[in-house]
Amino acid sequence: MSKLLVAQNISKNFGEFKALDDVSIEVPKGSIFGLLGPNGAGKTTLIRIINQITMPDQGKVILDGEPLRPDHIKNIGYLPEERGLYKSMKVGEQALYLAQLKGLSKSEAKAKLKYWFDRLEIGDWWNKKIQELSKGMAQKIQFVVTVLHEPKLLIFDEPFSGFDPINANLIKDEILKLRDDGATVIFSTHRMESVEEMCDHIALINRSKKILDGKLIDIKRAYQNNTFDVGLIAANRQEASGLLSEKFNVQPASFKSINDDLKYRIQIAPDTSSNELLQYLASLGQITHFNEVIPTANDIFIETVNKNN
Amino acid sequence: MNHLSLIIKREYYTKVKNKSFIIMTFLTPIIMVGVFSLVAYLFSLNKNTAREITILDESGYFGNNFESTEYTTYTYVSGKTLGEVKKQSEEEENYGLLYIPKADNIDAVAKQITFYSEDSPSPNLMIDIENVLEKEARSLKYKEANIDPALIEEMRISITANQETYQGEETSKEGSVIKLIFGGLAGYLLFMFIIIYGNMIMRSVIEEKTSRIIEVIVSSVKPIKLLLGKIIGTSLAGVTQFLMWTILIGVLMTVVPLIFGIDLDAMQTPQQEALAQVAGEGGVENKIATLMMEVYNLPLLNLVIMFLLFFIGGYLLYASLYAAIGAAVDSETDTQQFMMPILLPLILAVYVGIFTVMDNPHGTVAQVFSYIPFTSPVVMLMRIPFGVPIWQQVLSVVILFGTFIGTVWFAAKIYRVGILMYGKKASYKELLKWLKY
Repeated sequence: MSKLLVAQNISKNFGEFKALDDVSIEVPKGSIFGLLGPNGAGKTTLIRIINQITMPDQGKVILDGEPLRPDHIKNIGYLPEERGLYKSMKVGEQALYLAQLKGLSKSEAKAKLKYWFDRLEIGDWWNKKIQELSKGMAQKIQFVVTVLHEPKLLIFDEPFSGFDPINANLIKDEILKLRDDGATVIFSTHRMESVEEMCDHIALINRSKKILDGKLIDIKRAYQNNTFDVGLIAANRQEASGLLSEKFNVQPASFKSINDDLKYRIQIAPDTSSNELLQYLASLGQITHFNEVIPTANDIFIETVNKNN
Repeated sequence: MNHLSLIIKREYYTKVKNKSFIIMTFLTPIIMVGVFSLVAYLFSLNKNTAREITILDESGYFGNNFESTEYTTYTYVSGKTLGEVKKQSEEEENYGLLYIPKADNIDAVAKQITFYSEDSPSPNLMIDIENVLEKEARSLKYKEANIDPALIEEMRISITANQETYQGEETSKEGSVIKLIFGGLAGYLLFMFIIIYGNMIMRSVIEEKTSRIIEVIVSSVKPIKLLLGKIIGTSLAGVTQFLMWTILIGVLMTVVPLIFGIDLDAMQTPQQEALAQVAGEGGVENKIATLMMEVYNLPLLNLVIMFLLFFIGGYLLYASLYAAIGAAVDSETDTQQFMMPILLPLILAVYVGIFTVMDNPHGTVAQVFSYIPFTSPVVMLMRIPFGVPIWQQVLSVVILFGTFIGTVWFAAKIYRVGILMYGKKASYKELLKWLKY
């Protein structure tokens, strides 16, 4: 798969402070790329460098095969985390202004705005001032302005903040649709369930260094460690428990169950197959629950960052 | 469309369409003319209440020398004692009583003349009365000494030295005053413009920061373009407002007196009138012609060109600093610590302009301050009407624009970093660090 955006060996210092240290990422075309990391890790700095708001001290950014140029601005749509609109300006005027700054002509901008405003059912806000709108309503307009010029690359920094669940879902669907229509999305968030749901690729930045990246599914595979959640109804509970602990790495587990069973999280050696575990369990009692534990994005995030620190 | 013109247009229209801007545009001239008219009206009201003054002249020296005018009526009484007249005058609520007692000679009388009144009398009136008394007393003394007053009058001579520069240009005291007015006006205008619209730029930068739109904008345009667009757009709005003020004040000043019948000339104090009379001895038309000649003799073309250059240079210099301050802070209340270094040179420039240039337009102090870029626009503009060599003007403009490029670079750096710094209280040390980012 070809890469839409490649950032190579980016470093950026603010005085003494190292914001980014030799960070490289590759964003495949047509993917949703999760840019993750704790607060202050350097995500926003990297995003600002891609948007040419900040210049890197070292390294280069390549967009669709070409080194980043000022006129690439029109190929990028950026929804910053710290976002807002002119409070005393009318919605329509403002949207037109921002669209024209992105290089659209006035008539183009008008036609596209009409399409989006109808689509999100916000057409009657055109002559309202931003200060008359709620935060969620203003966010919708912000979203429209970001995607209006049909950029190849969309960068969303915490796109769902300020939205109620219904509108968050609406925006999520719009983002997925934009991806299906050919856009590439870089997506920075702390909401791990959205990452789980939407991202194909992720990169994890911690303390200005990239500590993990790749396809989400590959990463999960790498982080899966032969662990199973097990439910067991045994005649002799104490004996079963003792025997299991001898043979495997056993920890108590908690999952929902209607039976009064023993619940364990069991890790087996890499060369052991799950069938062996199953056979052994069957010899101890009746198996009510058997489930391989797949690491969630959340688990991976916490584990990797903690290990790195 | 080009980004810069888009930004200029937006800045201009949002400023011009802003409610408080519109209100200020129309209210300011109305208030100014209103206050001025009110003062003029009150002044004429004051004069219209005629003052009744009783004169009790026991000496007999000052026969009928006091002539009643529109505003003051003099009434002579005789055959009564001072006590009676005082009482009567008080009862009739007369403005005052001039008592001239009887004495052996004019000098003795002069020492004893007393003016009685309810409160302390107006100094202008006292000057008028004393003038009449002095004039009559003097002519009486001439007579005593057998001197013909006409002869004295003939011997009196007034001298006004002709003034001419080494280059043969005629100058005059009136000319100096006109030059001061021209220069002062130009300097003061710039000063006001910088403060009003510099602040407006600063507020507009802060607004973009607090409303958090700034990051959306700078992902589309370069911060320097936004900065320039902001400065130019706001300046155009400022020029529009200034023009409106000039036109409105002009119209109101002609219309209001006509409608309300207020005589603006009534503002002149008696001294000014007296001065005008003295000056008028040579013929009023003649004086006006001299004044017109003085205005004509001003280096007008030079003045206009330099006014534009210094106005633009000086304004942009300060405007970029105001924008940098706006970028460095989070709210208007935080701007205080940074305002001082901007206002100080401005105020200094106006004071140097008024006190030093008036005293000696080409002295060392005036010269030095007309080269320092932060004071040169105001000080040089005040000096130019007095004739400044072209090389000095050019040097000053070059220094100004050189510094302007420097400050814009500095401001753009601060601006570029500052607009994306939220919730960080900037100190001077912090700003220095930003320059290295």
